[in-house]
Amino acid sequence: MMQFIEAVMQYGFLQKALITSVMVGIISGVVGCFIILRGMALMGDAISHAVLPGVAISFMLGINIFFGAVTTGILTAIGIGFINQNSRIKNDSSIGIMFTAAFAVGIILITVLKSSTDLYHILFGNVLAVRPSDMWITLIVGIIVLVSVFLFYKELLVSSFDPIMSQAYGLPNKLIHYFLMVLLTLVTVASLQTVGIILVVAMLITPASTAYLLTDRLSTMIFLSALCGTISAVIGLYLSFTYNLASGATIVLVATALFFAAFIFSPKQGLLLRAIRVNRQKSAVL
Amino acid sequence: MKNAMTVSNLHVSYYGKEVLQDIGFTISEGTSVGIIGPNGAGKSTLLKSLLNLIPKDKGDITILGSTLKEVRKRIAYVPQRSTIDWDFPITVKDTVLIGTYPTLGIFKRPGRKEKELALKCLEKVDMVAFQNRQIGELSGGQQQRVFLARALAQQADLFLLDEPFVGIDATSEEMIVNILKELRDDGKTIIVVHHDLNKAEKYFDELLLLNKELIAKGRVKEVFTPKNIVSAYGGQLSFLDEVMAK
Repeated sequence: MMQFIEAVMQYGFLQKALITSVMVGIISGVVGCFIILRGMALMGDAISHAVLPGVAISFMLGINIFFGAVTTGILTAIGIGFINQNSRIKNDSSIGIMFTAAFAVGIILITVLKSSTDLYHILFGNVLAVRPSDMWITLIVGIIVLVSVFLFYKELLVSSFDPIMSQAYGLPNKLIHYFLMVLLTLVTVASLQTVGIILVVAMLITPASTAYLLTDRLSTMIFLSALCGTISAVIGLYLSFTYNLASGATIVLVATALFFAAFIFSPKQGLLLRAIRVNRQKSAVL
Repeated sequence: MKNAMTVSNLHVSYYGKEVLQDIGFTISEGTSVGIIGPNGAGKSTLLKSLLNLIPKDKGDITILGSTLKEVRKRIAYVPQRSTIDWDFPITVKDTVLIGTYPTLGIFKRPGRKEKELALKCLEKVDMVAFQNRQIGELSGGQQQRVFLARALAQQADLFLLDEPFVGIDATSEEMIVNILKELRDDGKTIIVVHHDLNKAEKYFDELLLLNKELIAKGRVKEVFTPKNIVSAYGGQLSFLDEVMAK
């Protein structure tokens, strides 16, 4: 551990990796809470994949990857909604159709344009190769996401909890949905270097699910989720550096380990204490 | 007396299938109205189309002397209990606090004033002791009371409730009925989708008997005639026998 801390002090690339990972842990934890509460885990997976063609087009045009990523992410979200509302195809199927199509287009574009190592890095992340510009992008995206959630907390809460009421009093539910999709694409762009497109969804739903098992308050859940994301990022990066493991995958597995700890030991929802309560009740009845 | 709601020539359809046909009625301010009718009569659809939660094909709706858009914030809507995610990480207190959101507007957070109001509304439904519980830990009746408290916190002039008495205990039902009566006495207008013909007489001033079209609307006694009931419930014979036996 000391060795890792010394290395962080010493090497700029490791500092950048750490800062970027922590930021990604925080924002994916925050946005992930709304994703899982709205039952949109699959949608999160879809949008993160659908960012790929946008990234490729941005490379092609030499613009910032944001613009491309947000464009194809939102187009895919709109396409999913359109198929859903205008046919008998169920929601999960329309998600599956659209995002795999977008992803396939992305793979073709990237392989035509660039060497295959780039594709590998975009898909799986390479946190130790974070450039200063990437770090700044992640920080700016992070601030945008956090400020948005803070400002619209009330509206996000009510439209997630009781969408009929929020519509009844005049909130634009559809706009809020697409706003969340924009946040999702931003989180994905920010996570490209750390965990990569394929595993972004884990950072969105695993820490949020861990937090969901630990509290009955949305504000606490968001905080705990961000904390879980951060812890996963730091420990994951440490393990990845020390044992020379793929960074994204290591971070995700730490998040998974935290989830199972909560799943078993959570005071209210955990497997263990639930079993103890059931037994106690049974013996009391006997 | 002023009209709280005027509806004329309302048509609503789902995927090209007509659910409501040519509905027209008026409701005066300060009355409580029960919407009754057999299953699939379009009771909930009517309530939702009044709030434009379901788009209408045709028809004019005037609410509190104005268009819906201008009076949205003066309307409280209590959805069916089955539409709520009871596992959502939210406490009883915070659920009621949501009732203050419409008047707060965007960006503003509920402050001390709003929290006091929420607590007062919780007192009204006798749920203060449960204020820090997660909503899924409550019984059906308690959950319904919490949602009524949220509607009270909206300080609305028009209350729309969708099947509030389904799956709740007698004490909660009585409490809700009494609160609705109090609101009515304060000049508020109450519209309730209701499934139980037995109690409809006791609970409401007026009834709106529905089966895709409006069968009858008026004072309870005027609406509750065998002829009207037969034309609304015609197909559902066992139910009819039950009513006739009374």
